[in-house]
Amino acid sequence: MIQALRQTGWMIVRQLRNLAREPIWIVMMIVQPIVWLVLYGQLFSRVGPLRGGANSYIEFLAPGIICMNSFFGGSWAGMAMIMDLDRHVVDRFLAAPASRFAIILSQVVRAGITAVLQALLLLVLGLALGVRVHGGALGWLVVFLAAALLAMAFAGLSHGIALLVRTQASMIAAANFIGLPLMFISSILIPPSTMPHWIEVASKFNPVNWGVQAARNAVLTGGHWGSTGGYLLLLLAAAAVTSLFATWCFRAYQRSI
Amino acid sequence: MDAIVAEELRKRYKTVQALDGVSFSVREGEVFGLLGPNGAGKSTAVRSLATLTRPDSGSATVAGEDVLRHPNRVRSKIGYVAQDSGVDWEATARENLLLQGRIHAMAGKPLKMRVDELLELVGLADAADRVARGYSGGMKRRLDIAIGLVHRPSVLFLDEPTTGLDPEARAAMWIEVERLAQQESLTILLTTHYLEEADRLAERVAIVSRGTVVVEGTPTELKANLRGELVTVELADGNNHIEAALEVLTIVEGATDVASEGRQLRARVPNGAQAIPVILSALEEQGFPVGSVTTAKPSLDDVYLHYTGRDFASEDQEGKS
Repeated sequence: MIQALRQTGWMIVRQLRNLAREPIWIVMMIVQPIVWLVLYGQLFSRVGPLRGGANSYIEFLAPGIICMNSFFGGSWAGMAMIMDLDRHVVDRFLAAPASRFAIILSQVVRAGITAVLQALLLLVLGLALGVRVHGGALGWLVVFLAAALLAMAFAGLSHGIALLVRTQASMIAAANFIGLPLMFISSILIPPSTMPHWIEVASKFNPVNWGVQAARNAVLTGGHWGSTGGYLLLLLAAAAVTSLFATWCFRAYQRSI
Repeated sequence: MDAIVAEELRKRYKTVQALDGVSFSVREGEVFGLLGPNGAGKSTAVRSLATLTRPDSGSATVAGEDVLRHPNRVRSKIGYVAQDSGVDWEATARENLLLQGRIHAMAGKPLKMRVDELLELVGLADAADRVARGYSGGMKRRLDIAIGLVHRPSVLFLDEPTTGLDPEARAAMWIEVERLAQQESLTILLTTHYLEEADRLAERVAIVSRGTVVVEGTPTELKANLRGELVTVELADGNNHIEAALEVLTIVEGATDVASEGRQLRARVPNGAQAIPVILSALEEQGFPVGSVTTAKPSLDDVYLHYTGRDFASEDQEGKS
């Protein structure tokens, strides 16, 4: 167990170090969320009902974009596994006494760390654009937790899919197939009150929306801590379930080789 | 004690019976070659023994541990160098080795020293802190071997160690493997589809064909068992009665393993120098003009032909497609 956690730690080091060596990736990681926040912020800025009680649309939008960014990042995280499969790094770990769970957990945590860094960036940018975090320090913490857990939950799923499909093309198709519908069945861009009834109902079962609700409570109201905690717990459970699923998917992969 | 014992390993992928009852054993400290054409099942056998995949049935022990019951114990005692490099391209050679050592629960100074030692051993000391993306194929391959050795395993699996290397890098790799066989008290199981590689490196070989071991022994034994030389006759152009020409060959005294491929006729005879005039005159008499004729001492190629009834090179091509 302790050995598995050590392995997880060293594998996280490997991934962060490798990412730090990809300057283009770092630029994309910084620029993309900013583009989303500014673009969507401008697009809907004049539509009053969309503010959902916030001072400005950008204040309403910021926690949504943070969550969108997190779960997109998580959905695509499995590409790293595809790369490691293609380069046979995974085989090398599997023929050594590497914990399967450590291999997955390291990737999932890496996705979480990335999401938190991007959330920090977006919140700071948001402050400059007039966003106020009404939940204070606890509010910031909740936003980071929501971002991390959301990314981790989807990273687990993404890695499971990666181990099942094992090709880039299928992985891209799967990430789009899951990602885009979940984005629109959520209150990332608009408040639940303005949604068609069926979407509003469906969104309650959407993990993306759990994250959005938690982050938005923290930014806009700084209240409802009970339901906020509930959402975070749900996300934690989702992250655990998807990570275990991905670990289990090693069986399918190992049968195929 | 045997370092590796494989008994009746079977594994089926959807439409292919990759292993069809593979059995062989490898003695401690020896270099053992699994020789066979592409698609014969060598890699699947190695992957099963290295605990990377599970055979459908059969049993195996590696370094005294049961592969199916205690895979993790096996993993800590083996080094597995896959056919395809497992090098992390974004990391340096040193980083690759350190991570592998840490996966094997090594740490601190002993690990650092071991890594330095290995970098020296495989000749990567100068490139140790460069990212592996820029390495040549031969360098990546040598790093792969170092990765497989970091925890001082007692059994090393080398799956096609020289496939994809240019002739120079291949020759260097052969020297490398020979050195390993002496320096570290290692049992090495290597697979290859190069006959000369098995002949040069392996103390004993098992010839694998279509998922089973057809014969096992030292290269010298296997060749000696064939007794005799291979005579290859190429018929002159415009001759299409191969079957009839083969008939002629079978009448030659002492000829065995008579076979044909295209316009080539082959037969094994006790003594080539004596048999050639007989064969030539018999063929001429029956109206088969001969283009060329050669004799050769037995090679592992002939061993393969003898035990499988198939030509190694053409089987190898088939396996690739």
